[in-house]
Amino acid sequence: MHGTTILLIEVGALLFALGMLGRLGRHIGLSPIPLYLLAGLAFGHGGFLPLSASEEFIEVGAEIGVILLLVMLGLEYSATELVGNLRSAAPAGVIDALFNALPGAAFAFLLGWGWEAALVLAGITWVSSSGVIAKVLGDLGRLGNRETPVILSVLVIEDLAMAFYLPLITAVLAGAGLLGGAKALAVAVVTVIAVLVAAIRYGHAISNFVSVKDAEALLLSVLGLTLFVAGVAAELNVSAAVGAFLVGIALSGQVAHSAVQMLSPLRDLFAAVFFVFFGLSTDPASIPPALLPALGLAVLTMATKVLTGMLAGRRAGIALPGQIRAGLALMPRGEFSIVIAGLAVASGIEPKLAPLATSYVLITVVTGPLLARLPDYTWFKNFVRRRTQVRRPADPLPTTD
Amino acid sequence: MGAVRVRVEQTPLPGIGVRHDLVTSSGRTVGVVSHRNGRRDLVLYDVDDPDSCLASIPLTDDEAEALADVLGASLMLGQLSGLRQQAAGLLTEQIALPAGSPFVGRPLGDTRARTRTSASIVAVLREREVIASPGPSFVFEANDVVVAVGTRQGLDGVSAILAGDGDG
Repeated sequence: MHGTTILLIEVGALLFALGMLGRLGRHIGLSPIPLYLLAGLAFGHGGFLPLSASEEFIEVGAEIGVILLLVMLGLEYSATELVGNLRSAAPAGVIDALFNALPGAAFAFLLGWGWEAALVLAGITWVSSSGVIAKVLGDLGRLGNRETPVILSVLVIEDLAMAFYLPLITAVLAGAGLLGGAKALAVAVVTVIAVLVAAIRYGHAISNFVSVKDAEALLLSVLGLTLFVAGVAAELNVSAAVGAFLVGIALSGQVAHSAVQMLSPLRDLFAAVFFVFFGLSTDPASIPPALLPALGLAVLTMATKVLTGMLAGRRAGIALPGQIRAGLALMPRGEFSIVIAGLAVASGIEPKLAPLATSYVLITVVTGPLLARLPDYTWFKNFVRRRTQVRRPADPLPTTD
Repeated sequence: MGAVRVRVEQTPLPGIGVRHDLVTSSGRTVGVVSHRNGRRDLVLYDVDDPDSCLASIPLTDDEAEALADVLGASLMLGQLSGLRQQAAGLLTEQIALPAGSPFVGRPLGDTRARTRTSASIVAVLREREVIASPGPSFVFEANDVVVAVGTRQGLDGVSAILAGDGDG
C-alpha cells in the first residue's frame, strides 16, 4: 500500500476511535483528556496497536494543538480582564504558586532528579486545568456561585503566569542554563507587558485590521497570524505557545468572539491529537512503576490545591462551604501540565518524567471532577454544618449570675 | 417608595462573562450570569449558604425579554399606584372595555383619547398579561382592561369614548 493511504487509514481510525471515546466520556461524565491519553498509550510504541505511518503527521498536529489551546485561552480573556484581575487576586495567585509548585519541585528532588526536572515538575503540579474546571463549574450549575470568581481568578493568574513560565522552561530545557532562562524570562516579561498595553490601548485598531464579515477570511487570517507569531516566538526561543497566547490576548471584541467560534472545532481536533501524541511518546510499560509516586504526588498536591482554594475563598469573604467548594474545584490538572511535560519529554531530560506526568494528570483529572461534586451531597453539607456548629459553643458563654 | 436605591453588584467572571446580583429587602439574593456567547442564567441563591446558588435557570433571548417585560410592566403599575397617592387630583383607573365597544378590533389611535380627554392610556391588561405603554397602532380585543391616568373628568371621558358614547 502507498504511504499516504496507510496514513489516511490510521488517522481516520484514530480520530473515529477518539470520537467514540469522547462520547463514552460524556456519557459517564468524564473529561475526554484522560481517555485521549490512554488512547495514545495504546497506539504508541509498546502499546498493543502501534501506529506506523502517521506518527510524523500526529507530531505536527500535536504542535498545532498546543498553539490552538493557547490562542483560545488568550481569546477567552481580554487584556483588561487580565490586568484588572491581577490587581485583586495577586495574593491568591502567590499562595497558589507557593503551595502547589514547591511540593512538585520538592518531590522531584526527593526522587533524585536534577533541578531542570524539578522546575518542570513544579510547573506540572502548579497549574490547574482551566478547561476542565470551567466545564465542571458549568455542569454543576455553579457559575453563579460567589466562590466562582475566586476560582476563575486563580485560574487566570495561573494562565498568565504560564506566559512567563513557559519561555523560562523552554530556555532552560534548551540547555541555556539559569542565566539563559532568566534572559528568556526578561524577554517574556517585556513582550507580555508590551502586548497587554497595546491590547488595552489599541485593541480596537488591531481587531479592526481583521475583518469579521467574511468568516472564511477571518478563520484563515487569525489562524495564519497565530501560527506565524508562534513560529517566530519559537525561533526566538520564547516558546511557540506563549506567542499564540499573546495573539489571543491582542485580539478583542467582535473579532475575538467570532474567532472563538471559528477556532473551537479546530482546537478540539488538534488538542485531541496533542493528547494522543503525548500518550504515544510514553511507553505503557513505564506507567505501572510510576503509578505509586504519581498517586503520592497527586494526593499531596490535590490537598495543597484545596488549601489554596480555601485560603483564596476566605480572603474574598466566602463562608466555609464555599471555601471547600472552591478548593475541591481547583484540583484537576490537565492540558497545561501535559504541555509542560511535553516540552520536557522533547528535550529528553528525565526519562521517568513522562510516565509520572501521564499518571499524575490521569489521576487528578479523573478524581478531581468527581471530588468536586462532594459539597453537593446532603451528608457533606450536614457534616460541614455540624463542624461549624460544634465550633460555636467553644466561644466563652456569658455567665448567668 | 424607592427612597433607598437598590445596589446591583457587578462581578466579572473572566473567560465566561459577568454576573450581576442584588440582595432583596427580604434578604434573598438574585443574580443574572451573562455569558459572552449571549446565554444568560437567572440564579437564585441558597438561604442557608448564601455563597451557593440554589437554582440556575438558563433563559433564551425571548424568555429574558418576556421576563423583563413582565417585571417592567408590573413595576410601572406599582409606580402608578404610588403616583395616585402622591399627586393630588391625578387618578389611575382600570376601565374594562365594554363588550359592545366600537373599538374592539380597532387601533388605540382611533380613540384619540388623549387629545379629547387629556387622560393617557398607559397600559392594557389582556388575559393575565400586562401590555405596557401601548402605541397608537395597538389593536384592542374584547375583554381588554385599559389602565388610564388622568383627572376624574378625563377618566370619565375615556370610559365614555370606549363605551362608544363619546363619538360625536
